[in-house]
Amino acid sequence: MSTDQLLGLITGVLFGFLLQKGRVLRFEKQVGAMLLKDMTIFKFMLSAILVGMVGVNLLTDAGIISSGHKPMNLGAVLLGGALFGTGWAVMGFCPGTSIGALGEGRWHALFAIAGMVAGAALYAELYPFFKSTVLAWKDFGKIGLPEALGVSPWVIIPFFWAGTMSLFFWFEKKGL
Amino acid sequence: MAFNSRKKEEVRMKCKTEDGGWSPYLAGAMVGLLAIASVYATTQWMGKSNYLGASTTFVRAAGLLERTVAPDRVAANQYFTKEKVRVDWQFMLVLGIFLGALISSATDKSLKLESVPPTWEKRFGPSIGKRAVGAFLGGIVAMVGARMADGCPSGHGLSGMMQLSVSSFVALAMFFIVGVLVAALVYGRRSS
Repeated sequence: MSTDQLLGLITGVLFGFLLQKGRVLRFEKQVGAMLLKDMTIFKFMLSAILVGMVGVNLLTDAGIISSGHKPMNLGAVLLGGALFGTGWAVMGFCPGTSIGALGEGRWHALFAIAGMVAGAALYAELYPFFKSTVLAWKDFGKIGLPEALGVSPWVIIPFFWAGTMSLFFWFEKKGL
Repeated sequence: MAFNSRKKEEVRMKCKTEDGGWSPYLAGAMVGLLAIASVYATTQWMGKSNYLGASTTFVRAAGLLERTVAPDRVAANQYFTKEKVRVDWQFMLVLGIFLGALISSATDKSLKLESVPPTWEKRFGPSIGKRAVGAFLGGIVAMVGARMADGCPSGHGLSGMMQLSVSSFVALAMFFIVGVLVAALVYGRRSS
């Protein structure tokens, strides 16, 4: 195994362990969030973002790591996001959690995994078509919110923290 | 539930859930630390900052499988060429998620064989066939969407949001808004 692969494996084991401990892998938790009954996955995800956001921006500012924004390709993000949301609701898993759900014995995730592999093959077949249509509409490039707003990330981060913390208090108050 | 044990539960609730899991706030914050450590480690050892993600691995898995029956087709495909069909860092990360979840659930007794989840069963009955078709078709649509949007709840939701990427804010909003609408239609809130 190469260094890359070993590093990926170790990171993945820790990631899967924490996803399982947070109980966010399950269909019930994913669909529960979409039915607005159980916000566990958002508590988990937003907590990860709050912590990660500080560290990643510090390391980027220090020039230690480089950022990797995904392109703000309007049609792709809107249509792709909508398609993902549709499939996610029916499947009850996202790509990462499907694999984890299989690990904790929810074997029906296998059907979801098979569907996603088929979907990836289908996307590869349709790629030339998408490239000349939906991917060609309007691409704003790999932009970050700080550049887009013309402010430092350290102006945005406190607002993000405050907004998210308020949301957490609201979740707890409502018992979500 | 007896009053005493209930009180004990409340105290423990802060870091543990009723079923022995960890508070999602705590486990999530630890994933935040893992994400930081992972970007740092990949930059140091691989010479490139890699962020947590999962959905590209499904493209590589599809390419690896398709290559066994139609190698020329895979070699000629633009998208497979762009994403490079190989077992890379992210591929191993995704396999690692399986192992990590297995280790965690097997050691805290939350490993459970489930063929049809309760919410699904309430709406569509206990048929494994129906669940299989739903999960498979949902999987196709979701993955076409994730590849089009260039990310899933890991790549956009976690990694993109941490970096304050504009595309990730939009993608995550779309995932969730459309997910809420479709879930309401599919699992019919009327019935519950």
